[in-house]
Amino acid sequence: MKTFNRVFTVIVFIFLYIPMIVLAVASFNAGRDIAVWKGFTFGQYGALFRDGVLLPLLLNSVIIAVISSLAATVLGTMAALGIRAMSPRMRRVTMAVTNIPMTNPEIVTGVSLALLFAFLGQVMKINNVMGFATLLIAHITFNLPYVILSVMPKLGQMDPNLRDAAMDLGCTPLQAFFKVIIHEIMPGIISGALMAFTMSLDDFVISYFVYGPGFVTLPVEIYNYTKKPLQPKIYALFTLLFMVILLMMVLMNLLQAKDEKRLRRARGVFGEKEEAKT
Amino acid sequence: MKSRSLATPYLIWMLIFTVVPLGIVVWFAFTDSVTGAFTLGNLARMGTYLPIFVKSLWLAVISSVICLAVGYPVAYYIAGTSPSRQRFFYMLVMLPMCMSFLLRTLAWVSLLEDTGIINNFIRSLGLQPLPLIRNDGAVVLGMVYNYLPYMIMPLYTVLIKMDDKLIEAAEDLGCTPTQVFARVTLPLSVPGIISGLTMVFVPAVSTFYISQKMGSSGTTLIGDVIESQFKAAYNPNLGAALSLVLMAMVLLCVAVMNRFSDGEEVATI
Repeated sequence: MKTFNRVFTVIVFIFLYIPMIVLAVASFNAGRDIAVWKGFTFGQYGALFRDGVLLPLLLNSVIIAVISSLAATVLGTMAALGIRAMSPRMRRVTMAVTNIPMTNPEIVTGVSLALLFAFLGQVMKINNVMGFATLLIAHITFNLPYVILSVMPKLGQMDPNLRDAAMDLGCTPLQAFFKVIIHEIMPGIISGALMAFTMSLDDFVISYFVYGPGFVTLPVEIYNYTKKPLQPKIYALFTLLFMVILLMMVLMNLLQAKDEKRLRRARGVFGEKEEAKT
Repeated sequence: MKSRSLATPYLIWMLIFTVVPLGIVVWFAFTDSVTGAFTLGNLARMGTYLPIFVKSLWLAVISSVICLAVGYPVAYYIAGTSPSRQRFFYMLVMLPMCMSFLLRTLAWVSLLEDTGIINNFIRSLGLQPLPLIRNDGAVVLGMVYNYLPYMIMPLYTVLIKMDDKLIEAAEDLGCTPTQVFARVTLPLSVPGIISGLTMVFVPAVSTFYISQKMGSSGTTLIGDVIESQFKAAYNPNLGAALSLVLMAMVLLCVAVMNRFSDGEEVATI
């Protein structure tokens, strides 16, 4: 059974990575057709850096992702703190609202925001309302639940006495937050921010309904591209991004492993027998 | 000290950008595209789209079930390996989720096309090319491929948190490995299964890109129809009515699925 599972898992991972391999190989193909190998070249990479279109679009995506994930992190962390202080009934209502963008199909979220922005544009007499601002608002909106849902559990795990202790020792509530609470919930804040950032960077469906010609992100442009024959330099961009993300993940992995080792050693000092179990 | 008020900006934000927009969808669904007067005409036209709704639902259900059948053994295997290997596998599952799903889907198109990589290979062997794309199977393949990580993640989270002592207890009480799985492991992973099914079903039932690229005119899904109402045909009122029905359908399905987990907390990634 174990062997079957192992073989099966390997097959599934091959399935998951076939498209990456196809795109990476295509990025070194001298021909334009992805299915016909015409010889090895670095030409697509050269074309990518000479071409003045794709990289600025990637920059647009990064700008939106950075600003929206930061804004969502601040707003979401504040909200998580507030939600914990709410009465059970109010908390239920708030969490139900938080879950709307999570359970609603993305296309419905996109459509509803598009209708809202069109309506606001009419009211405020703005001609081309869709653009940077609408894109940013939409991204902040779908990023918020990710932050809240990863900060809330950390707040729940925190010892409620910590805040009281800090305030007994003379901290104002604000100081108590920045000196004590924020350190306790930091892992939740960071994972929420990272999740928001990746969601925002790769979002296509919602962006597609609220973008304007003045500010386009990379996924939207790729979609518009795929209606025409695709330019091979886009494979080069994909391969480079893949390498960057792979590197970042491996680094995070190593850091985590180091952290865990330190933790396990610290536990060993206190004589707990947790180690033997793993 | 009112910490509650810290949530006020968030609540205002969500009110304006989540609740109000949904209200506007309802309003558009019940008004005429030309005159702006109240009408049930948009919703009355839903009957014409019934086959498309059924098709979307059907393909999304098949994809969710396949994802579960494929994802469970994988999550089970990963959860049983050493911590360092778990981290490695976790990374391998996460990584595809970070890459452009448009380009990855396009890579499948180039594999499966009539003049694609697989069929070129088959032809070089002197065989007849296979009809691998522009059919229901290809759309299901695209859905399973894109959303499989969303199934593996919550299953893995649930399996890793499971108390080994429960399994040992079942073994001590005389269960065979099959019985342990059927009576302990599987029932305890229900929250992960529900959460995984939801996370695959919702994007699958509302997709428009996958069906556009992998399917044909026969596999038009409800997402395609909504997209075209806003981007091509420009009838936002009909589009809003379709969105409203889609939303109601999804909420109903999610509510039915959540009933199976008996109010237990549904696992998230």
